Amino acid sequence: MDAPDQQPRVGVDDWVAQHEDRVDQRTGFAALRRRLGRYVPPPVQLALFTLLAATLPFWMDRGDLFAYGIFTLMYILLGLGLNVVVGYAGLLDLGYVAFFGIGAYSYALLSSDHYGIHWPALATIPLVMVGTALVGLLLGLTSRRLLGDYLAIVTLFFGQAFVVFVNAVNPIVHGQGLTGGPNGVADIDPLRFFGYELTTRRQQYLFLLGAVVVVLTALHFLSESRTGRAWRALREDPLAAGAMSIPVHRLKLMAFAIGSAIAGLAGCIFASVLTAVSPGNFGLPILITIYAIVILGGIGSLTGVVLGAIVINVSFQFLAPENPQSNARVLFYGVLVLLLLLTVRPRWVGAALVAAVLAFGIVTQAIVEALAPSWTGGSIVQGGRLGGVIDDWAVIPSGHGNFGNVAYVALVVAVIVVTRLHGWWQTAALVPTVYLAAIVWETSFVEQPAVARWILFGALLIGLMTVRPQGLLGTPRVEIV
Amino acid sequence: MELPLAFNDQLFIQLTVNGVTLGSLYALIALGYTMVYGILKLLNFAHGDVYMIGAFIGYGVLSGLGGPLSPDLALAPLILLMFLAAMLGSGLLGVAIERFAYRPLRDAPRLAPLITALGVSFFLQNSVLLLFGAQFRTYNSFVLGSPTPELFEPGPLIDPVFKIRGVNIQLIQLMVLLVTVALCVVLTLFVARTRVGKAMRATAYDREGAMMMGIDVDRVIASTFFISSVLAGAAGVMFGLLFSQVFHFMGFLAGLKGFTAAVVGGIGSIPGAMLGGLLVGLTEAYASGYLGGRWGDLTVFGVLILVLLVRPSGLLGSKAIQKV
Repeated sequence: MDAPDQQPRVGVDDWVAQHEDRVDQRTGFAALRRRLGRYVPPPVQLALFTLLAATLPFWMDRGDLFAYGIFTLMYILLGLGLNVVVGYAGLLDLGYVAFFGIGAYSYALLSSDHYGIHWPALATIPLVMVGTALVGLLLGLTSRRLLGDYLAIVTLFFGQAFVVFVNAVNPIVHGQGLTGGPNGVADIDPLRFFGYELTTRRQQYLFLLGAVVVVLTALHFLSESRTGRAWRALREDPLAAGAMSIPVHRLKLMAFAIGSAIAGLAGCIFASVLTAVSPGNFGLPILITIYAIVILGGIGSLTGVVLGAIVINVSFQFLAPENPQSNARVLFYGVLVLLLLLTVRPRWVGAALVAAVLAFGIVTQAIVEALAPSWTGGSIVQGGRLGGVIDDWAVIPSGHGNFGNVAYVALVVAVIVVTRLHGWWQTAALVPTVYLAAIVWETSFVEQPAVARWILFGALLIGLMTVRPQGLLGTPRVEIV
Repeated sequence: MELPLAFNDQLFIQLTVNGVTLGSLYALIALGYTMVYGILKLLNFAHGDVYMIGAFIGYGVLSGLGGPLSPDLALAPLILLMFLAAMLGSGLLGVAIERFAYRPLRDAPRLAPLITALGVSFFLQNSVLLLFGAQFRTYNSFVLGSPTPELFEPGPLIDPVFKIRGVNIQLIQLMVLLVTVALCVVLTLFVARTRVGKAMRATAYDREGAMMMGIDVDRVIASTFFISSVLAGAAGVMFGLLFSQVFHFMGFLAGLKGFTAAVVGGIGSIPGAMLGGLLVGLTEAYASGYLGGRWGDLTVFGVLILVLLVRPSGLLGSKAIQKV
């Protein structure tokens, strides 16, 4: 069975050992990304990111800086903390958002009129970080006995218990509810250093940027250190790591503590920037968002977290209800066309698909127009730049109340059917499906962007896990079979 | 001196009745979690949302047949039809979710299917929000089947069937309990006696081994999802009849509680799920009755964490022995 060129069989020891060399020989986009990572060292990457981010306040207005700048940095910070627990140590912590909440509520209680305590940030932030780290340590203690899924369960319940505690239990301390119940705590002080308060969005943004850069740097060194390598060993195989005399339990606790401390820091900044906290800020949606960020970027990759946070938050803000729909529309069609062009191979098929969808739309619209004019009589919400064209391309009925709902259900079915087909049938079925997606967008998503973004989020998680479980910048696992 | 909580047997019986009915719902949901976990080692976070969709299908049938105020059918066939439609619809949904979302990930790292499950849950919840809006839909079980609903005369569902020391047992409560017991008996017999049940046990024990013995594992897994979702659908309709209203977010908390029940009883064990459901239902009822409503959920979660710390594999679960 000896092959003439001594190629080892896929999956056996030699093959795994040579994996790195094979990756180096790759060509195309993946290799380009890899070389970029090698020739642009992390400090330069960080410096570039910092420089670019620091210019933001100079060309963005206040609202945009808040929505795009501050929120993206906040998500980066949260993602970095989760990345330590899930990405490095491989512990599935579904209560992560509770630490964010504990941090925010602690800051709120220590610097607001709620109890009349107004500590400066230099005292509050370290105290809160130590506090959340300790709570993280306590929760981490359960990881001694509980493995894998059970740890996920206990942490999930911890997160849920936090929300219930803050929202419903709200114990009376010193004559008033500790956490303010559903209303939360309002009128929180801005961050204050030596009597100097960070009140403008620009100051807050720059402070947050500083915090992100510090955390990024610290985590970079940490992940390259002995501890970081030990974490990764633990993640890949806890049993083998233990056998190699790696202190498994201590490392798990450390990961929990560090991740929670970062979440606590994010919580402090969040409370001070928003000047109010309420239980709704710390529920399941935010947890899913942070997970999506870490997973989209690639579990365990710092660059991935930054990238994931930018992508998720920007698309999120585009879909915010107060944002003009025309912006979201440009993004939607842009992503749709890009997806077709980039993922369908060979490339010319992708291009042909885009053309086919356009043609399909024009023909369908013309036929429907001729047969039943009322079915194309509707007009799109908030036209914007693309609006006029789309109005003549997509079938948008007027006065057919349930059309959007029917189209949505049909789209879900169509997507499922497309994934079950193969070869040319699949390519052909893509054309009406994409067109249907556009119709659903125009008839039902546009009217409820806040719901639509969560639906797209769920779909993104499902799709990403099926197509590329390691995320955009992650490295797939190489296994001995 | 008077004790702060004077023992009041009427209150106690009332809470026990509430706890048992609630526990029946949780047990049905817990069975779904347990069966799927037993066979795939997957925490199916979307299960609570399948239950929610079941409740909405029941609502759809009800309003499709003239609505709760003037139904086209007599009460018994109407409710039977609601149950059947919800069970079948949820069952098919469960199979579709498995086929579409979980099957491609069967050999992926453990994190991937968990994240997918979260994604499916989110997707279902928000799809219902998109289609039906955020308002509560009511089954109107108070007047359902009443000859004069416009006068708000209570229908037969909440008629007392019998009394225990002055506490009324309503027809609906009795019905929930009986249907749950019947479903549990059928399920137990099914798993213990039929060929498919045998195949399920074999697959849960060792999937590869079962495959080598000629068992069509894909089909066994699909039927597991079908059965667990059927139970969830039934629970959804029961919730609607019991509490009269359904909404897009109901799956989350109920799913969490059902999940607690499965874990407390020992995930992977079918009698454990039934026991766990009862335990969680009773805990919640007593805690909300004696300590106040806000403590109900927190006590349930506290009990779960305690049980897990003392007995990590649950009350009736078997200890996992890992081969290295």
